[in-house]
Amino acid sequence: MEVFLQQLINGLTLGSIYGLIAIGYTMVFGIIGMVNFAHGDVFMLSAFIALIFFMLIASWFGAGLIVLALIFVLVLAMFFTSLWNWTIERVAYRPLRGSFRLAPLISAIGMSIFLTNFVQVVQGPRNKSIPPMLNKSITLIDSATYTVQISYKQIVIILTTAILLAAFWFIVQKTSLGRAQRACEQDRKMAGLLGIDVDRTISITFVMGAALAAVAGVMYLVLYGVVNFADGFTPGVKAFTAAVLGGIGSLPGAVIGGLLIGLIEVFWSAYFTIDYKDVAAFCILAVVLVFMPSGILGRPEVEKV
Amino acid sequence: MAPVTQLPAARQLDMMKALKEAAFAAVVTFGLCIPIIAWGTRQNLDNVLVLDPRWDAVAWAVAIIFVGRFLMALRQQKRGEGKSVVRLLPHGTIGFFQRHSRLFSLAGLGFLVTFPIIAITLAGWGGALKWIDNFGVQILIYVMLGWGLNIVVGLAGLLDLGYVAFYAVGAYSYALLAKNFGLSFWILLPMSGILAAFWGMLLGFPVLRLRGDYLAIVTLAFGEIIRLILINWVEFSNGYAGISGIPRPTFFGIPFTAADDGFAAVFGLEFSPLYRTIFLYYVILGLALLTAFVTLRLRRLPVGRAWEALREDEIACRSLGINTTNTKLTAFSLGAMFGGFAGSFFAARQGFISPESFVFMESAIILAIVVLGGMGSLWGVAIAASVMIGGTELLRELDWLKQIFGPDFDPTKYRMLIFGFAMVVIMIWKPRGLISTREPTAFLKEKKAISADMVQEGHG
Repeated sequence: MEVFLQQLINGLTLGSIYGLIAIGYTMVFGIIGMVNFAHGDVFMLSAFIALIFFMLIASWFGAGLIVLALIFVLVLAMFFTSLWNWTIERVAYRPLRGSFRLAPLISAIGMSIFLTNFVQVVQGPRNKSIPPMLNKSITLIDSATYTVQISYKQIVIILTTAILLAAFWFIVQKTSLGRAQRACEQDRKMAGLLGIDVDRTISITFVMGAALAAVAGVMYLVLYGVVNFADGFTPGVKAFTAAVLGGIGSLPGAVIGGLLIGLIEVFWSAYFTIDYKDVAAFCILAVVLVFMPSGILGRPEVEKV
Repeated sequence: MAPVTQLPAARQLDMMKALKEAAFAAVVTFGLCIPIIAWGTRQNLDNVLVLDPRWDAVAWAVAIIFVGRFLMALRQQKRGEGKSVVRLLPHGTIGFFQRHSRLFSLAGLGFLVTFPIIAITLAGWGGALKWIDNFGVQILIYVMLGWGLNIVVGLAGLLDLGYVAFYAVGAYSYALLAKNFGLSFWILLPMSGILAAFWGMLLGFPVLRLRGDYLAIVTLAFGEIIRLILINWVEFSNGYAGISGIPRPTFFGIPFTAADDGFAAVFGLEFSPLYRTIFLYYVILGLALLTAFVTLRLRRLPVGRAWEALREDEIACRSLGINTTNTKLTAFSLGAMFGGFAGSFFAARQGFISPESFVFMESAIILAIVVLGGMGSLWGVAIAASVMIGGTELLRELDWLKQIFGPDFDPTKYRMLIFGFAMVVIMIWKPRGLISTREPTAFLKEKKAISADMVQEGHG
């Protein structure tokens, strides 16, 4: 029971990160029907941006006020990652809008290769680590055999994710911007005819996705304290898995999918073998897709002839 | 006189607009550079991460983007005025090539067959090894993989992001069977192809009812699963360490060694490692041509017609009574079979394999070659493979750049960077791929080139 509770906490932490990345995939897929392969690398890039800002703040103001520094880094990383994703959309995807279906996919794969190698060239191929922060933890259950702990890191990650998701949910559901996005998702041409600036709405979607990926990047850095230029791929694929699992195009689905993937991974490592945790995640994806192709919360695809 | 005086004014206005656009791009670039280029992270001697400010690099990047964007804006304005745009190829070149495709195919074939001789004549016995191995064999492996995947993606329209899994199955089949049972290359080559096809069928069966992107993501997942199993099942595949000492192929039983019963001694030649490379070159050339031949012939068979019909409209196919599952499955497993052939050749050529060679990036590169070439076009795939693989290999040869950029400039570092960038640029330049017109398989009276815009693809 104690082990279960501990793993539940760990799984929720990891799942929050996946969920944040998955939203970027699911929104972009929903609005332009394209798998944004570079999204995992945008996440990796944001972790690097966060790393650099952490170090800048530490060298300018000292490492005293960790919470304040965290908020600053979060805002800065969100801004600069959004700028990157905005530029990527503008340069690599927008010229291909309305082109045939595989063109943006290949362009995105090219962008993914480009970003990985760009970071490798400008920041070097080695693992970059920062000193651990927020190390204290709260003991929840202290039984004789096993101690269940929740660390400050995990609290910060879960809380930040929850708050940002709520804010985000509000934007998509209650503002005119969110309405425009949902309209574009349903029918881009009609939305354009009704006076919605479709290009701008798509750009904003990319910006929002990147901002959430940046949150995930900062949280990833806080959690593990180390980042490498190749770190974008696996979380990216798993987050995409999460988006598909939850039903692609559905925002709550992405979050649920992310949490599920995180939990599956953590429980599998705890109860079976840590070696095959990724295999487990992918197998579950395959099984879900074969038996439930539209995911958990996705609408079944209607074939129009 | 009035128009003459007006003309410079209009130019001036355009300049301003272009400058504005360039300035905007420069500002954005500056923003992009701020964290990631302006400060480099580096481990110092105490193994602590420190920051190196690099504002000079930022200045260079901003300047390059400013000038580049400015020139591009000017060029776009010229295009708007209706002036002739620079064309890489004169109009109708592609059509000319296609009308004489048989002739050019024969010429290309002649070049490929004589390539080792040309390389030896031009680069000498010492220098030819690099050209035949790094360029000839390397490019041909990718041409073959591209043609194999072309059956799945280009003909049947199934988006497969895990093709490298079958490449891995072929490679590991050869490596393990040759090492443990001592079977020869010529027995194992077809066997690994069959094994890969079997795996293709096994993996394809449950997932082929999925459509489009779902199929893509499941194939990606399978590719990753196979790689992860190869990494983790250490007793079977030796994990990360990989398998070394894989037996090399022999010339019908005669090994390529310096020993008395080696190839050179038997034929009374002086020993040189080049013989094996040339032999391998012809083997992969033969395999690639086999792939092309099978593809060409299959397109004329009912099953090939069914693939193309399936690509165009699955619902119409079903209503005409085509068994879509079987049709997809044959395409999937045939593609897998050629991947398996290429894999076993790869293992035999390298003598060492590890899961590192079968990462997702390989699948992405092969898919990129197929799409960049113009899906379904054998010529296009061959050209794309030569440009992308040969081009990145050529970057290894750019040592003279060190004289310009200083001795610590390493062009190979930028290989994949340029590769990724080239993928984006080619897609934007030609979204339908390099060869975007294609020949119809079935026609009345005469063949007409079909623009690729008329062709549906990749709906799975």
